[in-house]
Amino acid sequence: MKLIDTLWKDAPLATRGEITPKLGFALTVLLAMVWLIPFLWMGVATLRPASDGINTMAELMPSLKPTLDNIRDAWEIGDFPRYTINTTIICTGILLVQFVTITLAGFAFARLEFAGKTLIFYLFLMQLMLVPVLLIVPNLSLVAQLGLYDTLTGVMMPFFASAFGTFLMRQAFEAIPTELEDAALIDGAGLFQRIRHIYVPLSMPSFSAFAIISVTSHWNDFLWPLMVINSPDKRPLTVGLSVFTKTAEGTQAWGTIAAGTLMVIAPLLVAFLIFQKRFISSFVTSGIK
Amino acid sequence: MSLAEPAALPVATSAAPRLNVLKRFMERFKTSLPAYLLLLPSLVFLALFTYGAMGRVLIDALYQRATPKAPVRFVGLDNISAVLADPAFTGAVVNNLIYALGTAVPSIALALLFALALSRTRAVNSALRAALFLPVLIPMVAASALFLFIFLPNVGLLDYYIGRLLPVLPNWLGDPDIALTAIMVITIWKNAGYYMLFFLAGLQAVPEDVMEAAHLDGAGPYMRLRHIILPELKPTLLFVTVIATLNAVTQVDHVFVMTQGGPSNATNLVLFYIYQQAVEHYDIGKASAATLLTLAALMGLTALSFRTMANREGGP
Repeated sequence: MKLIDTLWKDAPLATRGEITPKLGFALTVLLAMVWLIPFLWMGVATLRPASDGINTMAELMPSLKPTLDNIRDAWEIGDFPRYTINTTIICTGILLVQFVTITLAGFAFARLEFAGKTLIFYLFLMQLMLVPVLLIVPNLSLVAQLGLYDTLTGVMMPFFASAFGTFLMRQAFEAIPTELEDAALIDGAGLFQRIRHIYVPLSMPSFSAFAIISVTSHWNDFLWPLMVINSPDKRPLTVGLSVFTKTAEGTQAWGTIAAGTLMVIAPLLVAFLIFQKRFISSFVTSGIK
Repeated sequence: MSLAEPAALPVATSAAPRLNVLKRFMERFKTSLPAYLLLLPSLVFLALFTYGAMGRVLIDALYQRATPKAPVRFVGLDNISAVLADPAFTGAVVNNLIYALGTAVPSIALALLFALALSRTRAVNSALRAALFLPVLIPMVAASALFLFIFLPNVGLLDYYIGRLLPVLPNWLGDPDIALTAIMVITIWKNAGYYMLFFLAGLQAVPEDVMEAAHLDGAGPYMRLRHIILPELKPTLLFVTVIATLNAVTQVDHVFVMTQGGPSNATNLVLFYIYQQAVEHYDIGKASAATLLTLAALMGLTALSFRTMANREGGP
């Protein structure tokens, strides 16, 4: 974990910077610039007045008379406030339940001995391999049977348990010295008191890493909410954006599409720019999401 | 499970040992009970949405759904053979294989290049890494919205800046011969920065003294890359390959937004086919059969790569 934490800012000079000749570095710089072009276009197009016409839409030079009209239009046409609220509810709801499930399960695997531990561990491991996206068909029918079709709860439910989170917490809890728990035991602390006052506070870095991974991935989820949600007012940002794009594409309103896209990705981009190091180390920790 | 202790005799000669076994089992269960209770919330959801889902896919694939004319009926392997005989499915499989290879290889190669070039600690490298990582954070749907304009015929970004240099302006998303490649470009743009992270992490495991010794022995950059760094990165490479393959099968949001599988099924991928069968054609049997085949293929692949990883000293 320490190794990973230092990755973003202080990568050691394992390759001494000499392994990639100057040409490789130059190519990387060039590609990094190319990588930014879609973002650059998004920013420039968002601020370009529609009166400039379609023929200048591709200009990467910003307009001299920037306007906020596109943002206003997108905000009004697309009902982005509603989509943002829905996505926030989904991400928060999933995360809160996950915190409970992964803490409890992580503790059981880290500190308790019980019959069938290995078997149950493998059952958890299976979820990592089974790629939830592929199970959308049976899960959609289950959600419908539970009466949760077209509800935000239905969107959240398949993610309430997380094998990845459980393994992460297990690892964090195992690193905590047992002496601390023994002391609490002598003081007569119950199981839940020990978890709450010793294990949870000392595992905050792991919780925050998990929160970053969980929120990022569910903020970006598309296919599953698309299948579960039917009512327009329950759409999350991604589904809202795809519908919005389809409508605006017909009218060639590329400035509003750019503005809408900006609104969908802005929260995560801002969070990333502030907490870069944390994001990076969480992503490396995650491996398979 | 280690419940069946060797002490349990094959045939109990009297009632006493059997009672003992039962008693021990009860004791074992009692001491295990707190753990079971802690695991219960997770297991309930896993049972419903993972194991249960697996079972339901298996069952649904064997049945024909009720229609107004006929009730649900058992059809055995009919759904599977129907899917295998469906040119749309086999086409999607072929597309998906091309797509997997065409996205995994370039994005992994680029990720390795990025990691090697940016492994050194410098402010500028930090900024470059951030630039390359940004696409990872945005939803595929948002990336698709941006690339829709990039690929737009005539007025789009690509044609505006580069397309004019070509003798004929291609319709990037409308031409069946080009559309799949266009979709692949987005995927490479979106994932290379993610894989870069793993290579950056992997590079830290390269022993510094070995690198130094090789340097003193006069090994050039290429020699050090070929003989020290790449062998050291092998586990990372394998791991990233698995993720890239999984991504190639599970990322289809851009197909929804940009092409809907078209033109003439040129960009239809397996997961999109499953979606079409389930939601558009309402054929749960066929959708389940396709899911089952895909799951089997993926699990086989994952098992294979895990075995390769296990055979090697220490995975990531």
